[in-house]
Amino acid sequence: MKSPIVGTFYAAPAPNAPPFVKVGDTVQVGQVLCIIEAMKLMNELEAEVAGEVVRVYVENGQPVEYGQSLFAIEPSHKK
Amino acid sequence: MFKKILVANRGEIALRVICACKELGIRTVAVYSEADRYSLHVRFADEAVCIGPPRSSESYLNVASIISAAEITGAEAIHPGYGFLAESAYFADVCEASNLTFIGPKPDVISLMGDKNRARARMAELGLPVLPGSEVIPSEEAALKEAERIGYPVMVKAAAGGGGRGMRIVQSPEEMPHFLQTAQNEAAASFGTPDVYLEKYITSPRHIEFQVLGDQHGRVVHLGERECTIQRRHQKLVEESPSTQIDKETRLRVGHQIVKALEEVGYTGAGTVELLMDENRNLCFLEMNTRIQVEHPVTEMVTGLDLVKQQILIAAGGHVPFDGETLGLRGHAIECRICAENPQTFAPSAGKVTVFHEPGGTGVRVDTAAYAESVIPPYYDSLIAKLIVHGKDRKEAISRMSRALEMFIIEGISTSVPVQRKIMADPDFQAGNFDTHFLRRFARDGENSS
Repeated sequence: MKSPIVGTFYAAPAPNAPPFVKVGDTVQVGQVLCIIEAMKLMNELEAEVAGEVVRVYVENGQPVEYGQSLFAIEPSHKK
Repeated sequence: MFKKILVANRGEIALRVICACKELGIRTVAVYSEADRYSLHVRFADEAVCIGPPRSSESYLNVASIISAAEITGAEAIHPGYGFLAESAYFADVCEASNLTFIGPKPDVISLMGDKNRARARMAELGLPVLPGSEVIPSEEAALKEAERIGYPVMVKAAAGGGGRGMRIVQSPEEMPHFLQTAQNEAAASFGTPDVYLEKYITSPRHIEFQVLGDQHGRVVHLGERECTIQRRHQKLVEESPSTQIDKETRLRVGHQIVKALEEVGYTGAGTVELLMDENRNLCFLEMNTRIQVEHPVTEMVTGLDLVKQQILIAAGGHVPFDGETLGLRGHAIECRICAENPQTFAPSAGKVTVFHEPGGTGVRVDTAAYAESVIPPYYDSLIAKLIVHGKDRKEAISRMSRALEMFIIEGISTSVPVQRKIMADPDFQAGNFDTHFLRRFARDGENSS
């Protein structure tokens, strides 16, 4: 999963809330993974594939650029 | 003074702004598309943010990405360079709303000058001579009627135009329907609006422009003229300052008129007033470009000023530190725009530069972001370098340019260098005897091509 926009990466919906996802979680297509704040707007990023989160590349609150890697997701096998 | 500036551009002009910032002790943020990852502006800026895929509409024209990049890096001001968002009143407005200083004029002045027809009317009102012309043309009948009043030949021009697009020369009423339609189509495709107007067409014109600087304290000064008559398809190839056609008295008189008009408008920042000179050396207002120009270095060479630094200092609230009326022009400067293109057909030539050797020596300046092994992407402007020379007079400047062109070695792509060598060697060019059709002698360059 790469960032589609320039902005600030947030792993959680609110400052003290638990993160949307962490390594080892299984995610579904359309599940919210993080928020990228750009121009005061909170943009929720959704998973494009179903599978297991194997890596989170960025820290909460970190600025990210276009195309920067955010998550690695191992796709679950299709039935 | 600003601590950090974001440069919302690419190529040589992004690098030019970064140079000015470095000398002023200001940190810089480069923005880049995926096609420009290995560009020099990315390398020499203090920070760099990738803002999108290669296509300009998704990167260098993407307002949200650029503002966001400024916010995440803590930049205080944005320098737009030329092209892209440099003359977007909307972008200037969004910068202001986001508490970022847009290095350029106020949004309302940008939008006045961006509407070529409204700008012309306002300048006429403020005492500048203008070419006879029409309002926006509502119909073919209106076009024919207005053309009759103005007198053929007339030029159909895009109201939101620039860069030679959306322009057609109409010699007779029979040609009007076709060229009106093609100009409207091109205007709609290039500028998002099909609005066009008519203007008297000067058969053998010269392009003269005046450089101005205005500060936020109500003062505007001019820095003399540049002659930009050597063009192909309405795009400049060679520029020089001073012009052989402007004497000291004319420079002072026209410069004074321009300064008075722009003080009235509340002009701030660097800008260029473009004028057309007819066969009898009468000057008429054509349009104003509300940004730094590609050819600004020729003015820097003859005035000794750094115009990009001046833009930044003015945006930070500084005063224009001299009096334009007493500013002398020293020697003669010429610029050649080196473009990646086929020298016969002028078709763009993108690709990998295999050899890149810049000329140097006394009085030679090269502004470029190209280097050996660099790739000229097909997505953007074909300008790859500006070669500028300064000499004690025009004769020395021409011979210096000739030898500098000879010593400019670029391999892997075709460039405009061969055409520019021919121009420098041409007896009419050397005598100062040319008009905007000059290049026809070297290549077929149909005015109404495409």
